[in-house]
Amino acid sequence: MKKLLLLLLALPSLAIAAGPAVPLDKAPVNFNDHDSLQRGARIFVNYCLNCHSAAYMRYNRMEDIGLTEAQIKDNLLFASEKPGETMTIAMRTADAKAWFGAPPPDLSVITRSRGPDWVYTYLRGFYRDDTRTTGWNNTVFDKVGMPHVMQDLQGHLAPVYRSEIGEDGKEHHVIDRMELVKPGLLTLAEYDAQVGDLVNYLDWMGEPAKGDRMRIGLVVLLFLGVFYVVAFYLKKEFWKDVH
Amino acid sequence: MQKLLNWVDERFPLSASYKAHLSEYFAPKNFNFWYFFGSLALLMLVVQIVSGIFLTMHYKPDAALAFASVEYIMRDVEYGWLIRYIHSTGASMFFLVVYLHMFRGLIYGSYRQPRELIWIFGVIIYLVLMGEAFMGYLLPWGQMSYWGAQVIINLFAAVPFIGNDLSEWIRGDYVIGDATLNRFFAFHVIALPLVLLGLVVAHLVALHEVGSNNPDGIEIKKLKGPDGHPLDGIPFHPYYTVKDILGVVVFLMVFASIVFFAPEMGGYFLEYNNFVPADSLKTPEHIAPVWYFTPYYAILRAVPPIFGSQFPGVAAMGVAVLIFFALPWLDRSPVKSVRYRGPKFKIALTLFVIAFIGLGILGVLPATPLYTIISQILSVVYFAFFLLMPWYTKNDTTKPVPERVTP
Repeated sequence: MKKLLLLLLALPSLAIAAGPAVPLDKAPVNFNDHDSLQRGARIFVNYCLNCHSAAYMRYNRMEDIGLTEAQIKDNLLFASEKPGETMTIAMRTADAKAWFGAPPPDLSVITRSRGPDWVYTYLRGFYRDDTRTTGWNNTVFDKVGMPHVMQDLQGHLAPVYRSEIGEDGKEHHVIDRMELVKPGLLTLAEYDAQVGDLVNYLDWMGEPAKGDRMRIGLVVLLFLGVFYVVAFYLKKEFWKDVH
Repeated sequence: MQKLLNWVDERFPLSASYKAHLSEYFAPKNFNFWYFFGSLALLMLVVQIVSGIFLTMHYKPDAALAFASVEYIMRDVEYGWLIRYIHSTGASMFFLVVYLHMFRGLIYGSYRQPRELIWIFGVIIYLVLMGEAFMGYLLPWGQMSYWGAQVIINLFAAVPFIGNDLSEWIRGDYVIGDATLNRFFAFHVIALPLVLLGLVVAHLVALHEVGSNNPDGIEIKKLKGPDGHPLDGIPFHPYYTVKDILGVVVFLMVFASIVFFAPEMGGYFLEYNNFVPADSLKTPEHIAPVWYFTPYYAILRAVPPIFGSQFPGVAAMGVAVLIFFALPWLDRSPVKSVRYRGPKFKIALTLFVIAFIGLGILGVLPATPLYTIISQILSVVYFAFFLLMPWYTKNDTTKPVPERVTP
């Protein structure tokens, strides 16, 4: 009986132990940091929005992160688009499938399915791999179809392998660490910060109402707190003659 | 005003109904914490219907548009995110409240004679609610919607001989598609809610016919005062209306905390994979139903296939739910409430609760050999609680039941 209880208590921890092997880095998300979100929006439009759509996201929603309609129009839109439109792309799905093996997923809610930490680690996890047709592989997404789009910023990372005896008793080559074989325009720390801004933007875009949600939530809880006091004394008054 | 009321009363039993069900419905005065969940379940039904109506105004039951329409609700509809989170959180909270309500019935013997029909209506409500939740879960048309429905509908394919035709008939197609989505929408927004409302009325009419049980499991109608009212009874209104308001406020605090601060509830109320549009060519690595179905899902997986057929597991899962119907006739104890029952029942009930929660946890996890063995043990415990009940309730030592209710 006791053992069973202990086992039941231990179950959730076992589940975590069986989780993904690659540790994820914590993404610096903060939906109140409008400067970071605006920088992230610019990176998103420049680097992601050619192949990936965000088809549920309207450009003018970015007014919520402190941009004016004129700013959005001048800096983030192509001439033909209107601020009320959603972030779609011109690439056709069939072409995308032929070029990348799978069509690049829509990114509107990518942080809600993958989690911001995964995206943050993924975008910093590209490394050179000559066995891949794109020449790139990824630490958290093995055999990924996407090339390293921001390679000019980060530079080229190449893995340094070491030998390890696996569980099957055979020798395996595992990645020991990454080496910068070709520097990019940014230092690695600067690149991390930029990806941080981008992921922050993606996370905000996944649920633009999050800020409202939390603000309204506080008011609702406060109201219920006051209502509780009223309801408590109402009940007490009515029940004083019940013995 | 009085004239108007008289005019109505001569044509419709307005005052009489008000008296019969509220101001002169005498409920035992010793209701405790567990008695909040009946009225809370009713509240959840209303919340789900009202939020559901507003969602229906913007949702599109079309395989090509459904996912996008949910995101449209989340982004472009005024307070759409709030309505959607209330509805998604409401589904889970409805089940939580219903499970606690059923547990109350279990510990205080509320299913016992003369309340068998109330219990039976309740179990049917639970069954319909499961169908309602299952069909509603397909509507966002995410990966988990799609593959969860795939798993459940394929269960019907395990029925011998007619299985494949049966599952095809349910889907309306060879795979889950637009036809399935449309019919699930129809069932979810009108057919099953209508049935639910009717059943809830029957549940309440039956309850008000025999009167409420109480934590002591004694009949308050046996002892009446000179005014003809039960000595231990108090009018439902105003006493229990004001008390239930208190319960509602506390419940709404929990509800609002989830809606506003953790609507995904760590992936248990809204699964992460459901933010990926349904894709019939990409099976997710790990398909887990929403938490309120996981105890039965664990039982399904615990039963090994016989001759390559999954049917025994499916049958076990079905029986696990349907066995609740038999409860009034399985219990042979001379007392109703756990307060006056002996150790055998208390141990059996404790084991059952552990088995139910344990199966619920195991149903979320991948089926490893170790977990399968634990699921099998807990499934046996689950069924033993019911099947051995005639024996352990009859032979149990019981304490004398008092004449009057105790706090």
